[in-house]
Amino acid sequence: MQIDWKSYNPGAFYDELISSPGHPRKSGRILARYLASLKSDDLQQRKTAAELAIKAMGISFTVYSEAGNIDREWPFDIIPRIITETQWQKTSQGLEQRLRALNCFIDDIYNDQKILKDKVVPAELIAKSVNFRKECIGMKPRHGVWAHICGTDLIRDTNGQFYVLEDNLRVPSGVSYMLENRKVTKRVFPELFENYNILPITEYPSHLFDTLAAISPRPLDYPEVVVLTPGIYNSAYFEHSFLAQRMGAELVEGGDLVVEDDCVYMRTINGLSRVDVIYRRIDDLFLDPEVFNADSALGVPGLMRAWLKGNVALANAPGAGVADDKVIYTYVPAMIKYYLGEDPLLENVPSYLCVDEKQCQHVLANLDKLVVKPANESGGYGMLMGPQASKKERAEFAKKIKANPRNYMAQPLISLSTAPVLVDRGAEPRHIDLRPFVLQGRDTYVTPGGLTRVAMVKGSYIVNSSQGGGSKDTWIVSDEER
Amino acid sequence: MLSRVAERIYWLGRYLERTENTARLLTVYSNLLLDLPRGAKVGWHTLVEITGSQGEFSKSYQNIDERSVNRFLLSDQNNYSSVISSLALARENARTTREIIPTEAWEQINKLYLFTKENMGKATARGPRHQLLQDIIAHCQQITGLLAGAMSHNSGYNFLRLARSLERADMTTRIVDVGSITLLPSLTQPSGAKAEPATRPFANMIWMSVLHSLSAYQMYRQHVLDRVNGEDVVTFLLQDSQFPRAVGHCLGKLESCLKYLPNNEAALKQVSMAVALVNDANIAELLDSGLLEYIDELQVQFANVHACITETWFLPVVSEQQQSA
Repeated sequence: MQIDWKSYNPGAFYDELISSPGHPRKSGRILARYLASLKSDDLQQRKTAAELAIKAMGISFTVYSEAGNIDREWPFDIIPRIITETQWQKTSQGLEQRLRALNCFIDDIYNDQKILKDKVVPAELIAKSVNFRKECIGMKPRHGVWAHICGTDLIRDTNGQFYVLEDNLRVPSGVSYMLENRKVTKRVFPELFENYNILPITEYPSHLFDTLAAISPRPLDYPEVVVLTPGIYNSAYFEHSFLAQRMGAELVEGGDLVVEDDCVYMRTINGLSRVDVIYRRIDDLFLDPEVFNADSALGVPGLMRAWLKGNVALANAPGAGVADDKVIYTYVPAMIKYYLGEDPLLENVPSYLCVDEKQCQHVLANLDKLVVKPANESGGYGMLMGPQASKKERAEFAKKIKANPRNYMAQPLISLSTAPVLVDRGAEPRHIDLRPFVLQGRDTYVTPGGLTRVAMVKGSYIVNSSQGGGSKDTWIVSDEER
Repeated sequence: MLSRVAERIYWLGRYLERTENTARLLTVYSNLLLDLPRGAKVGWHTLVEITGSQGEFSKSYQNIDERSVNRFLLSDQNNYSSVISSLALARENARTTREIIPTEAWEQINKLYLFTKENMGKATARGPRHQLLQDIIAHCQQITGLLAGAMSHNSGYNFLRLARSLERADMTTRIVDVGSITLLPSLTQPSGAKAEPATRPFANMIWMSVLHSLSAYQMYRQHVLDRVNGEDVVTFLLQDSQFPRAVGHCLGKLESCLKYLPNNEAALKQVSMAVALVNDANIAELLDSGLLEYIDELQVQFANVHACITETWFLPVVSEQQQSA
């Protein structure tokens, strides 16, 4: 599987390593030269080493549909992705700006609703939003922050410009894989780290802990922070356990917690012990069977009471998902202007809202050119890839849109950038996206880089690990070579 | 520490120890059979009896022979007490306490599981099997060392250690059982025949291999300074307070771990009852008659200790996994 860059052709897409056959971009020259210098055996050996490391480190994710062996090894491509620090800086600022505005929006929606009164965002969108929680009205979380942890999906078009594809404000996952990918790359290509100045990412768990500790309702030096997981069968259990471990926090399940006198306690070998901050990795509707889904065995009865009384902090706050909606998404640039008085540093992908009659007509007439997404699904479920869909699929989808226009938005098929992936015969381009993680508590923090997801199938745009996507280590490198 | 996590760590400790002990048991038994002449009539059935899994065994196997017993105790994933099942459960408990145990320990446990799973199919012949069992034992000890050296000696570690001590004490009594069962008239003679079992001439050798199975031979020789004989061996393995696999020592460890835990009165009481049972035993008399019943009694008391630990620290949370002692 020797790599010959001359036979590597990214075509019309923006390839992040090779600008045209045989010509690596400046930032990737050392990497490209190094990879091409490796003999077939050597490359194969590195690939195997990475697979073994992932197996031995137990980096896994769980697939719902598969019975029996539910734990799958994390799919990983050993060729790192390079982004230059200058390119990254503006993106990073844009991400911070975006999350600040989104938090202003959520806080406003559950309190004064000024943005609706000023008709910047149509009030009916909120009224019909499935992620709006009336139980949260009037709540004032510390620092005015509702979404403390955000995973924003970015893509790059044919010019290499970054666009925001969506904001994940409920329980975004993937950060542990970002961290583990780096660890695996260090094991596989230690020599490359000598030639590049790569921004370290290992600090994320500390920043996460600081963010969580800063929202503790009790002013303690050592607030009790816990990670609430749905349990070992959840697809992201590995991550829950990983983050708890790195933060030195307890990993709890619903059954470990109990609410007494509107305070949350965990059951320990010493008896009950008070909990201050819960980093919950359970969806809103499963949090508290007294308030939401009464059948939920994952949650904690009384948790919402404790939160509303301000006796425990929840991250992300219940109801934060109101801004994590592919229709609300289209208003984020307007929010940035409205709340912060700033111009957006990061652009949205142009979008059409089906709730608007004119735009809906456009969508229905151009289904073969558009990607249509439901407002509240994640993981790539329930969407239509127009250009690749059959006529019948498009016709069926049109019916769904007409039945519930509020639930759909459409975007032109943006050509995702590509990066080389190791395949049997060498390297081939595959489409990628990027999920950086943004934290906001008292301060804000953006991970240098993020999780690069790869559509491992040739020509495919589907990067979700639940649907066969892979991943890459992502390097933010300083522009000066070391 | 969360009750649920304490429970998982406890089971991690027990299953890890059980893995090592079962591997030891298989090793020593293979070696013993090599030494005994054919007429000795020691059968593989003894091993199935020691692990208390006759019922389970007869469900899936027709003949009790070397091949089937080894398969049953090493690689049979349907047998709850096989090496691979113990390892799978140890791994699952480690996987679900990764936030507590050192990362390297999880990686080693995971590796040992993957290694055993990959190699157990090839280990049907005596040579490769011996090698595999040795590797498993060595790897278990590496993990034990790693936990001792890399994990804070906190409540979690105490649960791990007390689980190990309890499992170890239990297994030592089972291994003493091997020695005595092989030497018992009733099991080795066809009914109606006169006493003096066929194995009696090999008593010395059998007790030696019992000692070897617990890595106790050398320490025994240093301690006892006499030729190997049943009474001294059983006394050493049950009552010695210094040898780490002796029941007396394990119970002492158990006691010292319990002292660090809150609300330990009931559990300490159960352990002291076990200690009394061990110390008050008249081994010479028991060897003449009643050793098997005595060991049963001891194992029942270990089960009481386990039940008390569960009740005191784990019960607030309903356990999802049906884990058997």
